[in-house]
Amino acid sequence: MAILIDKSTRVVTQGITGATGQFHTRACKEYGTQMVAGVTPGKGGTSFEGIPIFNSVEEAVAATGANTSVIYVPPPFAADAIFEAVDAGLDLVICITEGIPVMDMVRVKRAIEGRSTRLVGPNCPGVITPGQSKIGIMPGHIHRPGAVGVVSRSGTLTYEAVDQLTRLGMGQSTCVGIGGDPVRGMGFIDVLELFNDDPDTRGVVMIGEIGGSSEEEAARWIQANMKKPVVGFIVGQTAPSGKRMGHAGAIIAGGKGTAKDKIEALKAAGVRVAPSPALIGQTAQEVMK
Amino acid sequence: MNIHEYQAKEILARFGVPVPRGKVAATAAEAYAAAREVGTPCVVKAQIHAGGRGKGGGVKLAKSPDEARDLAERMIGMKLVTHQTGPEGKEVKRVLVEEGCDIASELYLGVALDTALSRPSVVACSEGGVEIEEVAKKSPGKIIREAMDPAVGMLPFQVRRVASRIGLAQDKVRLLTPLLQGLVKAYMECDCTLVEINPLVLTGDGGILALDAKMNFDDNALARQTAIAALRDPDEEDPKELEASKYNLSYISLNGNIGCMVNGAGLAMATMDIIKLYGGEPANFLDVGGGADKERVAQAFRIIVSDPRVQGVLVNIFGGIMKCDVIAEGIVAAAAKIGVQVPLVVRLQGTNVEQGKKILAQSNLSIITADTMAEAAEKVVAAAKA
Repeated sequence: MAILIDKSTRVVTQGITGATGQFHTRACKEYGTQMVAGVTPGKGGTSFEGIPIFNSVEEAVAATGANTSVIYVPPPFAADAIFEAVDAGLDLVICITEGIPVMDMVRVKRAIEGRSTRLVGPNCPGVITPGQSKIGIMPGHIHRPGAVGVVSRSGTLTYEAVDQLTRLGMGQSTCVGIGGDPVRGMGFIDVLELFNDDPDTRGVVMIGEIGGSSEEEAARWIQANMKKPVVGFIVGQTAPSGKRMGHAGAIIAGGKGTAKDKIEALKAAGVRVAPSPALIGQTAQEVMK
Repeated sequence: MNIHEYQAKEILARFGVPVPRGKVAATAAEAYAAAREVGTPCVVKAQIHAGGRGKGGGVKLAKSPDEARDLAERMIGMKLVTHQTGPEGKEVKRVLVEEGCDIASELYLGVALDTALSRPSVVACSEGGVEIEEVAKKSPGKIIREAMDPAVGMLPFQVRRVASRIGLAQDKVRLLTPLLQGLVKAYMECDCTLVEINPLVLTGDGGILALDAKMNFDDNALARQTAIAALRDPDEEDPKELEASKYNLSYISLNGNIGCMVNGAGLAMATMDIIKLYGGEPANFLDVGGGADKERVAQAFRIIVSDPRVQGVLVNIFGGIMKCDVIAEGIVAAAAKIGVQVPLVVRLQGTNVEQGKKILAQSNLSIITADTMAEAAEKVVAAAKA
C-alpha cells in the first residue's frame, strides 16, 4: 500500500532536458519507477533515453496517462511549472527545485487551494516508496521496504535517518520530504494523516527544523488523532537566534519556533524525541519493536 | 538581504508611505548642507544595518546646521555598538539628516509572512518605538495580526479593523488606509521578507509619518529585483559570508572552534548540534549545496580554515546528488594548496562513497576518518582539544 506513490504511479518529468532533470530521471527509471514522459516547452516530439518529450504537461498526460509530475525546472520558472501541472489535473506534483522566491509560492499556494492535486515541496528531496517507486533525488540504495513512515523538512538529514533505520533492519513504507521552504505544499499533518490510515505503516519518524510553527501544530494533531507511535527529531538546537541557516524556513524570531519549544511540544504530545541526530534510528527501534 | 533606513524610506515613499523629509550624508560638510535644506531642528541618524541605534548613541537631535555637522563629524567613522551588532559594533559610514517632528503618539506597523497561513500578514501594535519582541513577550494580546489574500491585497475593511483594534481614532483611518495598502504593495512587489515601521508616529498637527523603516528581502528573488540588489552594502556583511556567497556557498560565521563542511542545511545544523553534544562549539554553518563541484568544495574548505579560531575541521557528507568522490577531490586539492594546520575529520556516506574514501586514503594527507556522524563529532572534538 504505502502512501502517495507505488509501482503503478506514472511519472512525467518537467524540465527533463536540463542536466539535473536528466540525471535524476535516469536514476529513478533505473530504480524501477515508471518514468513515462518528459516536458520541456519547445522540445516536444524528441525523446530522452526512450522517454517521449512533450511541449506541455497536458499533452504528456493525454498521450501517456501520467498521474504524477516531478519538477526540476529552474527557480524563476518553477512556479509556472507547478501551475501547469495542477491545471493538467495530476494527482501529485513533487517540486524538487530549490530557490523559488517566497512570493511565488504564496501565489501558488493561494491558487491551488481547493484543487484535488497534492503538492510536495518545493526545495525537497521528493518521495520514495522503497522497492516500488522513487521520485526525486534521494539515493535509492539506502532505503529498504518496510513499515516505518518517514516525513521530514530536511533533505540530507533524512538520508542520515533512513540509513540508520535500514542498518538497524527497519525498512520504510514511504519517505516524504516536505521541503525546507517557509511556504510549501503538503505539511507534516497532511502526511501524518496518510500514514495514520495506511495499514502498511506501523509507526512514523518525523524530522523537523527550527523556525515556523508546523512542528507545534503537528504535535497538537498527533495528540488528538495519531493511532501509531511517532519518533521525532528537531534539528537546529545550536543555531543562533536571528541567523538564517540556508533554509529560509529555519529562522528563529523572538524566541518563537526554537528547537526547545518544538521538542517540548512533541514530548507533550507523546512523541519520543531522539536526543541526538545519530540516535534517530535507535530511538525508532526502541519505540516500534 | 538588508538595506539602510534611508534606502527603505526612499522605496516606501514611492509606494505612498509618508516619510519625513531627509537627506543622506557621507561627510560632516554634507550633513551641514543637508540640515540647512531640511530645516532645523533636525535629527542625525547613523546608518548601519542594525536596530537599537538610539540607545547606542546613533540618533541625535541637532538644533542648528552647525550642530548637525558636529554630530555627523563624531558619528561618521565611529563603531556603533547596539544589541544587534555584537560587541565589536559596526562602523558608521553615512548619516541620515531628517526634519524633526512633533510626536503625539507612537505605533508599530509591519508586514511579514504568516507561515501557518502561507500569506503575508500585517502586524500592528499600539505600542511603538520599543522592541516589538519585548511587547510580544510581556503583552502578546497587544499585537494584532491581519493576514491578507494575495489575490486581492489588503482591503479597506481590513485596514479599518486594524485601526480599531489598535485603538486608532476614526479620523485617522483616512490616513492609515493608503499607508497600509502601500506598505503591503511594497512588500509583495519588492519580494520582501519583512517590512517594518517602528515607530509610526501620529504628529501634533494630525498627520502620520514613518519615523523609521526597515526592509529585508528574499535572496531568492534578487535576480528579478535588480534595482534592490544594487542597494547591497558589502561593508555591512561578514567578509567570510560575502566571500562564500560568491561561490554559492551558504556560510554563517559562529563563535566556536570546530569548522564544519556539510551538504544540506538540515544535516549541517544536525552536525552543529552533535558537535555541541560532544562538548565542542561549531565555528560556522556551511552548506556546500547539492551540485557543488571540486572547485566549490575547495573554496569552502579554504574559507573554513581561514578562520583563525578554527582548531579542528569536520567534513560530514551524505551523498545524494552530491558525490563523495567530488568532495574528496576538492578537499585534497585545497589541502595540497593551502596546507592543513588543524586536525581534519572526514565522514563520507552515500553516493560514490568507496571512490571518495580511496581518494582520501591515497592523498597522503593526515585525515582522521569516521563512519558515523557521532564517531566523527567525538573524534573532531577530541582532536581539537589535543
